[in-house]
Amino acid sequence: MVPLRLLTAVFGIATVLVTVFATPSSAAVFNSESFVLKNGMQVVVIPNRRAPVVAHMVWYKTGAADEPRGKSGIAHFFEHLMFKGTKLVPPGEFSKIIARHGGSDNAFTAQDYTAYFQTVARDKLGLVMRLEADRMRNLVLTDAEVLPERDVVLEERRSRTDNNPSSQLWEASRAALFLNHPYKIPVIGWKHEIEQLTTNDALDFYRRYYVPNNAILIVAGDVDAKELKPLAEKYYGVIPRGRKIVRNRITEPPHRAGRRVEMASRRVGQPSISQTYLASSYATAKGNQAYALLVLAEIFGGGTTAQLYRSLVVDQGIASNAGAWFSADALDYGRFGLSASPRPGVSLEKVEAALQAEVKKLLKDGVSEKEIKRAVKSMMASAVYARDSLRVAPNIIGRALSTGRTIADVESWPDRIKAVTVDEVNAAARAIFRTETSVTAILRKKQKVGTD
Amino acid sequence: MKNLLPKFWANVVKLPLWGMLCLIAAPSYAIDIKEVRSPGGIKAWLVQDKSIPVISVNFAFKTGGTAYDPVGKEGLARMVSAMLDEGAGDLKSQDFQTQLQDTAARLSFSASTDKFRGSFRTLTANKDEAFRLFGLALNKPRFDGKPVDRIKGQIIVSIQRSAQDPDTIGTRAWYKAVFPNHPYGRPGDGTVESIKTLVAKDLNDFMLRHVVLDSLIVAVAGDISSAELARRLDQIFGTLPASGDTKKIAEIAPAAAGKTIVIDRKIPQSIVMFGHSGLKRNHPDWYIASVMNRIFGGGGFSSRLMEEIREKRGLAYGVYSYLNPYDHAALYMGSVATANSRVAESLKVVRAEWKKMAEKGVTAKELAAAKTYINGSFPLRLDSTRRIASLLLAVQVNNLGKDYLDKRPSLINAVTLGGIKRVAQKLLRPEALTVVIVGQPKGIKPRP
Repeated sequence: MVPLRLLTAVFGIATVLVTVFATPSSAAVFNSESFVLKNGMQVVVIPNRRAPVVAHMVWYKTGAADEPRGKSGIAHFFEHLMFKGTKLVPPGEFSKIIARHGGSDNAFTAQDYTAYFQTVARDKLGLVMRLEADRMRNLVLTDAEVLPERDVVLEERRSRTDNNPSSQLWEASRAALFLNHPYKIPVIGWKHEIEQLTTNDALDFYRRYYVPNNAILIVAGDVDAKELKPLAEKYYGVIPRGRKIVRNRITEPPHRAGRRVEMASRRVGQPSISQTYLASSYATAKGNQAYALLVLAEIFGGGTTAQLYRSLVVDQGIASNAGAWFSADALDYGRFGLSASPRPGVSLEKVEAALQAEVKKLLKDGVSEKEIKRAVKSMMASAVYARDSLRVAPNIIGRALSTGRTIADVESWPDRIKAVTVDEVNAAARAIFRTETSVTAILRKKQKVGTD
Repeated sequence: MKNLLPKFWANVVKLPLWGMLCLIAAPSYAIDIKEVRSPGGIKAWLVQDKSIPVISVNFAFKTGGTAYDPVGKEGLARMVSAMLDEGAGDLKSQDFQTQLQDTAARLSFSASTDKFRGSFRTLTANKDEAFRLFGLALNKPRFDGKPVDRIKGQIIVSIQRSAQDPDTIGTRAWYKAVFPNHPYGRPGDGTVESIKTLVAKDLNDFMLRHVVLDSLIVAVAGDISSAELARRLDQIFGTLPASGDTKKIAEIAPAAAGKTIVIDRKIPQSIVMFGHSGLKRNHPDWYIASVMNRIFGGGGFSSRLMEEIREKRGLAYGVYSYLNPYDHAALYMGSVATANSRVAESLKVVRAEWKKMAEKGVTAKELAAAKTYINGSFPLRLDSTRRIASLLLAVQVNNLGKDYLDKRPSLINAVTLGGIKRVAQKLLRPEALTVVIVGQPKGIKPRP
């Protein structure tokens, strides 16, 4: 999950995105158009004339994984600071101006990108473009605004992680999966480093990364490229190009030993287990592997009719839940995960053994043509549902473009999924299910009173 | 684990659903609502939209929420909502789920405090098969022993998990204190003990009592014509029992006014919930209170609570207030989460704002901004057939009338400074707030 400046306003979007998490739809479906401004800013338009409404987003191809060493959390903290005012707009006024014009706005940060968005009536598009372009170059930051906001971020971290044992374990699991790559650091940052972030850190980050050649404008809704282009040139086109930004991230060394992280807390109501395997992402996978892994996740653990649920929950009756997921949207590494919770009275060890037995069985027997057909059919349907909302398309395209993919990649998504073969899925399974590139995370319930 | 959204925030968003309705204002474009009546006499509201090959159906039964769970059978309504896609007609659980997946239909049920609800979506291409499965789930659920046991296990796991969750702990304690000896004060998910007692007969009895025609409300949006919908309504709902046997829930006013309850949990951040009585959805002052709440604590970064607690002092990531009306009670509530050392300061600010609003009301500038937002933001919410169906359902559930969308802006524009002052004075009583804190707050004196 991606930290947001404020959770409530976008809860709806988050829910929608989860349902299409693994299934972006194609541009052929979205019918997007794209062009590049003279200063290097990419522009994407996704016309959708159902209502006189537009969703306006600016994505920066910079996220937590681009932070300087020791400054963890600066990307997300800075996202908050983008609301702290410019020469034209007083601190805290940005969202109020949008609201006064009947619109809503928010922002979010992830490992590879940071995005800002507004949803407004179409006649307010110029206004939000002016405001968003203004804060790309004219942000004013002072300690008086920055320091209280750092406290807000620390409270956000307490809410998300420090108050919640399963989030703490998840953080540890991620840190263990990556030995070297910055994906090991949580997006919100480590507490001791957030506490030390300064106004100067924020300004350095701003000057380096908040430039048009590192940004993507995406507008979806009641507008087309012909209407948008002059506005984009007027508001964003005048901003000078910044330094060239090369995303040259450090990489993982070979993994020789599997990892286990365990945590026991009195505040755990139910034990659970998760296993995360290092994988390729859309951007780094060879051939069709990322698509094959998506199909595999659907067949193996995509719901209540998938193999893991059917075996562990329905047939054996030892787990209350079991599933698999694949996170493919990443500039560098993808992650493939399994998770399960034991039924009351069943040990974690038993569930872990059953999970591993399913993996072994999968590697031995492979998947069938029939299973692939069913999974693909269901994934194609998700692509149609994705078109039902104005806000899904810009999110899918923004994520793709900021993680090293192209619109053509997004466009060919349904075709690439349909092309996945039995051999590809089985080969992908063999490639990722290796103990030495995995982390097993165990959450236990601590019975004793007194410690925590 | 993919979704790390704390449950608390999810609640904050879900609870004020009816409160949000006040934010719905007239669109600058028309939404054409048709009232469809089936040959069998079942009514539904429809907004037809052929631009995407998707059909969304939202429906509710007027009773059957968690408040109607029999004593000792708490959690029954939620259990039914989890069981209705676990086999129906000749199809056992896995067969039903497999067919549902193969049609790519999305079917889900839920129980709020007062009502039993459901939502259904299908691609136009698969609609025959999807509607058939939908009708089967509603009319002929199997409630077989094995899936009943499996779902009971899942619910028990989820109850045990949330029993350690500070937000759930706080919510439970707050409702228990405010609604003692009333169905609203009981846990809607049930308890481990109550779930263990549930058997197929309980589920079947629930269906006969609540999933009945005279209690049904239906809203549809998407790629379907009136004529076809009329036919489908009979197909899906036509064979449900005409009426059920429903006990009445007693009206209740919140108790525990002025109490402060601290629940000790070793966590770095305290969860604070506060509230007192509010207004029901049909109260004549509803719109005034809604506009006031937008300015007070319901407007995200535009609200006073957010300004004072987050923006000026950095005390919390979020602070909210909301009108929370039920069928038989009404609440005005709020919440904040802050480091243990800063709870006292946060509560002091909340109470001061409560008092200030009660004494002085709002400014003309605040009122104007709130009105523009409320009236302007409406069309932005209707960006999918699911959201449109959900709105149509809410308008019907609250008896707001088919012309509600047209009337809405004038109801909001009629709110005056004087009106808000009058309502705020009556509604906001800082001394009456019931406060529940989960954590280890410093400098707070419990007043149990």
